[in-house]
Amino acid sequence: MSTSPERAIPEPVSQEDGVQALSHSPDSLQARVQRTLEAAQARGASDVQAVVSHSVGLELGVRKGEIETLEHERDQSLSLIVYFGQSKGAASTTDFSDQALIDTVEAACRIARYTEPDPYAGMPDPAFKAAEWEDLDLDHPWGCSAVEASELARTIEAAGIATDARIENSEGASVSTRRAIAFLGDSQGFMGGYRSTRHSLSCALVARDDAGMQRDYAYTVARHAEDFTAAEQIGHEAAERTVRRLGGRKLSTRSCPVLFAPEMARTLIGSFTRAISGPAQYRESSFLLSAVGEAVFPEWMQIEERPLTPRALGSAPFDGEGVRTRNRPLIAGGVLQSYTLDSYAARRLGLETTGNAGGARNVTVAPGDKDFAALLGEMGTGFLVTELIGQGVNQVTGDYSRGAAGFWVENGELQYPVEEITIAGNLKDMFQRMVAVGTDVDRRGNIHTGSILIESMTVAGD
Amino acid sequence: MIDSLAQQTLLDPAGLGDSELSTLLGTTFGRGIDGGDCYFQFSSQERWSLEDGIVKSASFNIERGVGIRVVRGEQTGFAYSDDIAMPAMLEAAKTARSIADAGQSGRIAVASRAPSRPVLYAPDNPLDSLDEQAKIDLLKEVDAVARGADPRVTQVMCSLAGVHEVVLILNARGELTTDVRPLVRLNVQVIVEQGGRRESGTSGGGGRSGYRYFLEADRAAGYAREAVRQALVNLEAREAPAGTMKVVLGPGWPGVLLHEAIGHGLEGDFNRKGTSAFSGRIGEQVAAKGITIVDDGTLEGRRGSLNVDDEGNPTQQTVLIEDGVLRGYMQDEMNARLMGVHSTGNGRRESYARLPMPRMTNTYMLGGDADPEEILASVDDGLYAVNFGGGQVDITSGKFVFSASEAYRVEKGKVTYPVKGATLIGNGPDVLTRVSMIGNDMKLDTGVGTCGKEGQGVPVGVGQPTLRIDGMTVGGTQAA
Repeated sequence: MSTSPERAIPEPVSQEDGVQALSHSPDSLQARVQRTLEAAQARGASDVQAVVSHSVGLELGVRKGEIETLEHERDQSLSLIVYFGQSKGAASTTDFSDQALIDTVEAACRIARYTEPDPYAGMPDPAFKAAEWEDLDLDHPWGCSAVEASELARTIEAAGIATDARIENSEGASVSTRRAIAFLGDSQGFMGGYRSTRHSLSCALVARDDAGMQRDYAYTVARHAEDFTAAEQIGHEAAERTVRRLGGRKLSTRSCPVLFAPEMARTLIGSFTRAISGPAQYRESSFLLSAVGEAVFPEWMQIEERPLTPRALGSAPFDGEGVRTRNRPLIAGGVLQSYTLDSYAARRLGLETTGNAGGARNVTVAPGDKDFAALLGEMGTGFLVTELIGQGVNQVTGDYSRGAAGFWVENGELQYPVEEITIAGNLKDMFQRMVAVGTDVDRRGNIHTGSILIESMTVAGD
Repeated sequence: MIDSLAQQTLLDPAGLGDSELSTLLGTTFGRGIDGGDCYFQFSSQERWSLEDGIVKSASFNIERGVGIRVVRGEQTGFAYSDDIAMPAMLEAAKTARSIADAGQSGRIAVASRAPSRPVLYAPDNPLDSLDEQAKIDLLKEVDAVARGADPRVTQVMCSLAGVHEVVLILNARGELTTDVRPLVRLNVQVIVEQGGRRESGTSGGGGRSGYRYFLEADRAAGYAREAVRQALVNLEAREAPAGTMKVVLGPGWPGVLLHEAIGHGLEGDFNRKGTSAFSGRIGEQVAAKGITIVDDGTLEGRRGSLNVDDEGNPTQQTVLIEDGVLRGYMQDEMNARLMGVHSTGNGRRESYARLPMPRMTNTYMLGGDADPEEILASVDDGLYAVNFGGGQVDITSGKFVFSASEAYRVEKGKVTYPVKGATLIGNGPDVLTRVSMIGNDMKLDTGVGTCGKEGQGVPVGVGQPTLRIDGMTVGGTQAA
């Protein structure tokens, strides 16, 4: 492969003027999508879809007051899917030279000559494509310079270390900022793209007592830096979360109520969204197989997908196939309303695409009327889970067994930290035995939920 | 001598010769800089997938770029470019070295490092090792074997993946090293159904070779039969026990225990920073006598093996635990320098766009002298776990888990019935002190492991003999 004279030389990301400049313009990215589509069609593809994306970012880590890492990121990629009738091929590259574009298109076409016709393969029905879309307020360049980032990280870490004398070590504080742009186009005439940003602050600390060391962390992540939790607060939170784990004990093996803190409750809802995804359904590898219309949660449970929420981390105006996304119920009155499908899965199942190529977005569990303290009170005596480790979830059967750490609770009050135990059950049963969802909703991700209380699970320990 | 393939793939297209590389080095490194590298990488990879009996999709991916890393003291500056060309590289170099305030030093001479031993894998491109039709035929055979193995098989999903990677590492001292790395993998998942109950089984393998590896020794068909066997066992599985009990681990892949319980905690970065439960414990008894654990990147053709690590240093066999005593950590250059030791050839990175750090290669426990049958016969009441999914560890507290996907109840020295998958949890620094019997059947895994650390995945291997551990917490649902 030779280098093309047209190959763009990356411009340095301008930090001084407060703008996170992207080094490829929207016009040049769209033109690249267009050239890819044309090249594939010229080679006989009956349909083609192409995505060109680009991002710039800065990640800075401070440990014990000194800069530890400073990483400048600049990514680009081109990917395409071609159809020759019902045969499909896909290819991608990070090389933006003209030659690489041709090579990548040819690789996809070559693959499609060998793959076997699949009656369900193809592009989405044009009627479902997004024709126009509103600005979801996802692009908020921060323009944080490396110097500013280092000051911010130092502030976070120093606040954390100063919180408690038992914080004796640090894994550091970090500041990350990223701006991305992507365009999707297809041979049916769809062309759409948008810019988005994602910034975060985090801190991880280590505390020690006679029994040993514990580590924990805190973070904030947002599209707009003005939505951050305050830097000092991140440090304090990391310190408090770390120190409170000191002196953890095992529990004896028992059955008891389990309260999942919001960031852990999110993983339960994650298993739910995987179970209702198209591939899990058509591969018959879901514990919620063919469950639309069934009461998979208690009657009070409501879960929606809200891809059109302004500024939210999971928002997108259209999916990975250009199909318009829409806010819609997944669970109403405890009953499963719909799967999450792209056009392929929809055809396999004899249904319509739900705009979920690329997954479910901003899956939102409706909070109940109790805050975290009230949920602890409702549990009375039981186990509060604040950390889960390992995989331990069988998506085919729903069997669930994971390592856990947290706190033993009596009379609604935390008694002592707990570690080196497992919690186990079956997700189908755990969903049915959910008692309440808290108002303490965590929005730092693609799943938004408060704490979830489950009536009973098996705790294995001593 | 620069490897000609690396030269043609990475340097020639951009017109980079000794003079340009000297200029790049001089711009990037020099006085006041302790280390770092320019890491050039080209990789092409493909994946063919079969579902519903047909190979309906495949993908092909090419990545090319250079990562420039400047290390001073405990500080690292890093930038990368998808464009291997002088202007882009000099810009990245300037950005990476903004971490250091030292002056530039003009030019640094380039000297190729000669390989220290015969290569562990052939430099051939695995993507070319079979033609497209033969790749498809291979997947179809796997499908046919799995479906033919039992009428209860309802779904078969399998995939064949290959990576061809060429790296050229130019370090701050001007030393140039190259490596050409093949990697192949075949995976099978089946779903079986009986009386409305559905279970899955998975199997697979691979290594640093071409696809013909799967045609040899009946491997591909073997994976298919193995996946079906596991799924059928799970159809009969009863609730797993909950609580602390004796656990017998089978040989091979259950060595994921060592990877989680011991391996990560012995990586140099955590120990240099004092955040590992093993920090400062060299020379202490952390495992039962008779236990020796090594990390060995020099095994021919293994998934976790490398001729040189991603800093250009030859891999080696590093003794981590010898007769139960903690002997050493796994190091990359930066952490070795800061701890006053030498790199153990464990500096690895996912790609040119990520920073290297100490990572495992193939981590395994040497065999003992107990007959595996004898080990099982010695257990009055416990669990026998022979297959696992993945695991995870909290380095600082030492708590780790690994999740069984095939396990059996052992009663009065006999394997009685299969139980559902369950997570096993323990404490890294003391779990191996409870090993009471070590089998004579040391086995490496089939080549399926990918280790994740700070978001970077790298291929690894594990292995161990049958082990009896007197007291691990088993996370089932059936209280004893």
